[in-house]
Amino acid sequence: MMSSFLFRAMDARAGIFLAILGAAIILVPAGNLLVPENSPFHVPTYAVTLMGKYLTYALLALAVDLVWGYCGILSLGHAAFFALGGYAMGMYLMRQIGTRGVYGDPVLPDFMVFLNWQELPWYWLGFDMFWFTALMILLVPGALAFVFGWFAFRSRVTGVYLSIITQALTYALLLAFFRNDMGFGGNNGLTDFKDILGFDIQADTTRAGLFAASGLALAVCFLICRSVTRSKLGKVLVAVRDAESRTRFLGYRVEHYKLFVWTLSAMMAGIAGALYVPQVGIINPGEFAPANSIEVVIWVAVGGRGTLVGAVLGAVLVNFAKTWFTAALPDIWLFALGGLFVVVTLFLPKGIVGTVSSGWTALRQRKVSSDYEQGSDGPPSAPPQSPSAPANIMTPEPATDFSGSAKPQPAE
Amino acid sequence: MSFLKSLLVYLCLLPALAAPVAAQSEPETLRPLINELAKGKYAETAQQIEALVATGDPAVAPALEALGAGNLYYRKSDGAVFITQKAGKSFALTDPLTLETAGEAGKREVKKIKVNNKLRRVVRAALGSLTLMAPDPEVRKSAAVAMFKARNPDGIEALDTALAVETDDGVRLIMEQARAAAVLNSSFDEADKLDAVKTLSDKGDREALSLLLGVQQSSDGAVRDAATSAVAKIEKSVAAWDTAQNVWYGLSLGSVLLLAAIGLAITFGVMGVINMAHGEMVMIGAYTTFVVQELIRTSAPGLFEYSLFIALPLAFLVAGLIGIGIERGVIRWLYGRPLETLLATWGISLILQQAVRSIFGPTNREVGNPDWMSGAFDLGQMTITYNRMWIIVFALLVFAGLMLVLKKTPFGLYTRAVTQNRRMAASMGIRTPWIDALTFGLGSGIAGIAGVALSQIDNVSPNLGQGYIIDSFMVVVFGGVGNLWGTLVGAMTLGVVNKFLEPYAGAVLGKIFVLVFIILFIQKRPRGLFALKGRAVEA
Repeated sequence: MMSSFLFRAMDARAGIFLAILGAAIILVPAGNLLVPENSPFHVPTYAVTLMGKYLTYALLALAVDLVWGYCGILSLGHAAFFALGGYAMGMYLMRQIGTRGVYGDPVLPDFMVFLNWQELPWYWLGFDMFWFTALMILLVPGALAFVFGWFAFRSRVTGVYLSIITQALTYALLLAFFRNDMGFGGNNGLTDFKDILGFDIQADTTRAGLFAASGLALAVCFLICRSVTRSKLGKVLVAVRDAESRTRFLGYRVEHYKLFVWTLSAMMAGIAGALYVPQVGIINPGEFAPANSIEVVIWVAVGGRGTLVGAVLGAVLVNFAKTWFTAALPDIWLFALGGLFVVVTLFLPKGIVGTVSSGWTALRQRKVSSDYEQGSDGPPSAPPQSPSAPANIMTPEPATDFSGSAKPQPAE
Repeated sequence: MSFLKSLLVYLCLLPALAAPVAAQSEPETLRPLINELAKGKYAETAQQIEALVATGDPAVAPALEALGAGNLYYRKSDGAVFITQKAGKSFALTDPLTLETAGEAGKREVKKIKVNNKLRRVVRAALGSLTLMAPDPEVRKSAAVAMFKARNPDGIEALDTALAVETDDGVRLIMEQARAAAVLNSSFDEADKLDAVKTLSDKGDREALSLLLGVQQSSDGAVRDAATSAVAKIEKSVAAWDTAQNVWYGLSLGSVLLLAAIGLAITFGVMGVINMAHGEMVMIGAYTTFVVQELIRTSAPGLFEYSLFIALPLAFLVAGLIGIGIERGVIRWLYGRPLETLLATWGISLILQQAVRSIFGPTNREVGNPDWMSGAFDLGQMTITYNRMWIIVFALLVFAGLMLVLKKTPFGLYTRAVTQNRRMAASMGIRTPWIDALTFGLGSGIAGIAGVALSQIDNVSPNLGQGYIIDSFMVVVFGGVGNLWGTLVGAMTLGVVNKFLEPYAGAVLGKIFVLVFIILFIQKRPRGLFALKGRAVEA
């Protein structure tokens, strides 16, 4: 069972990706902890934390790619699941502070003492235990996604409408978490964490450990996504993406497939948020901002939707550019990000990975056919397979006949 | 007590002094009359006061006020009368008519004009009638309102005198109410008080309510019963007015939503294009207003009152042209791919925001309100501010104008044709790419003129548009895509619902409830309130 799961998930591209990720997981902490500070190969702690943050973003992008790239659900609210996972982890970290807070209350976090709360609200109970927190990191985003998706998919809210109401969802949560009465620290959020699982959160070893944990989580989630998308289930998902009504007419319960992949994706986003919080040291309602969710989508689009590897690559590339731009040319960053949105959608609809791999396929096909024309000995090798399931990117059509094109129309 | 009295007098006077007065005499004709006050005994002084009142000029009020308070002195050397204030060992002198300071005088140089209780009463009555009997009804009215607030039983006499000659019904009513309020505060007998309760109960607003609640607490017997029933009656009517006020606030919010959403209703609803940069078009409209006002301020300050009318067409043009540029440059390559359009326009919105931030700076910009946009008036017990009222009117005008353009002009006909069947429209010779560009420009231009209106009630900053984009989408989706009437009904409904939730749930929670409500509503009716039927649904 386990081996077939792995077998299904693996191919050359996944192997290369996992090898690079594995090397990073080992080399970056080693470069930080083992290499002496004056060596050129030393990795400073801030860089470890920064890269750890990129990995959690990559995991979030992976989650978005799973629903958008393979199932056609453009979520503009994935930051909500990310932030919910982050808040769950933040609550655990707050409970770990104990008497070291400013007010020294053994149970209540500082902001509750400040607001004159007498006892812990019921929803904070249990977050002093890590196993409970870990469960909640999966269950809270998962449950929200399940309920939301159950309503939305059952009543066949699709396409742009779904995107807009996911945006409304994260906007509503943003407003809710800004309220002090919610018991999540209002607009200051949760911060000033001390330690995690007994380790000092500021220590280099903890930072390196968190980086490695983020890398491992990314690897595991990548394998899960690969195995889902390469299974029969994954084929149905692609069918839903490309022709939802037709899939329904063929007898598939479309909403069940969507609900499954949607909930799974939300859980992954929750894990990403939970790993993000201890590394940046704060979680506040700003993470719910609709703009964040849209930014995630552009990471995926840059890397290439429906490729998984592309989502990871896009997240790391765009965030690296963001870090560099906001430090060097802060005024230019929004121009660059905005331009990226426009350029990618107009000229690079398949993203980096999609464009490169289709170019690669074209090159190989040309080689095969030229070999064949030259009458080289032996039959030509098997026709080249297109890699996994490329996203259904239609080529831009002239505006004059978009409604009359031959693409399958949803006909309900 | 004397302080309270002078306060009362002053309250009566304030409006009188502030308001333009018809019977304004030159200070020089009044001065001899005032100087007369210093001569003779009490009885003669009383006659002088009558003479001053007979001029009907409120300018004499400060002198009378000072006389009542014992601050009116005359200079022994020339008999000139001054209002004085003790300053150390000497007196600071103030001219009683011009109210300018007139130097100082030693203790021995001036002498107080003596008053007794009888004279004080004369002064009070004189002051009351000076304003209560002023020729200008506005002055009389504000004096009566001030007396209502003061509730001083000493004012009853003056009110009675004024009531006897009052001709204006509106002013008379207020005077009667002021008298009733004073009577309830006095030691009059029960019958008078019952009449007073009845008068106040007819007034029936919040002021009367708080007054009657006080009466209910302090009195007993028949007056108390009457007050209790009056309170119950007023509470009912106040609740009704509160509802009306809430509806008004709701309509006002709804018209703001309508303005923000109506351009989107065209680009999203009619053309099917998701324009995330729509909010930025609103922002550009607001900044156009700012630029127009700056230019007016530097070159032609006299035009400030008309700045909004100048800004309207300019904002329409600027936002419309930018919209056409966006359509020609980006969106036309993305027709049929709504999700990609969404991302590309989001990118455009980031660029526009940053561009405005680079040009105008990240801080809020000051956009002034012309006079006709500021201030408020009362309708029954509702307070209606002019800017909100004009925005409601403006939103409805824009809506009507847009309907006219779409239904009655050739351009509207082409737009509807292209929307309904693009290929057929093209076959009939309509240049569909141009119609696309112009329709998009129209939607953007309308967002621009919405920005002119919103600049009057919101902060003009680069983030102005972001605050409206989600709300606008909610309105369009709630109302039903492709239907302008749906947008109107959707905006007004959401506005009113929001305002009715606010008192119970608070502003933020109310908004969350509305969002959740829309999310649930879309489950029930995925195509909005007024869904298009037939083949258009699948387009």
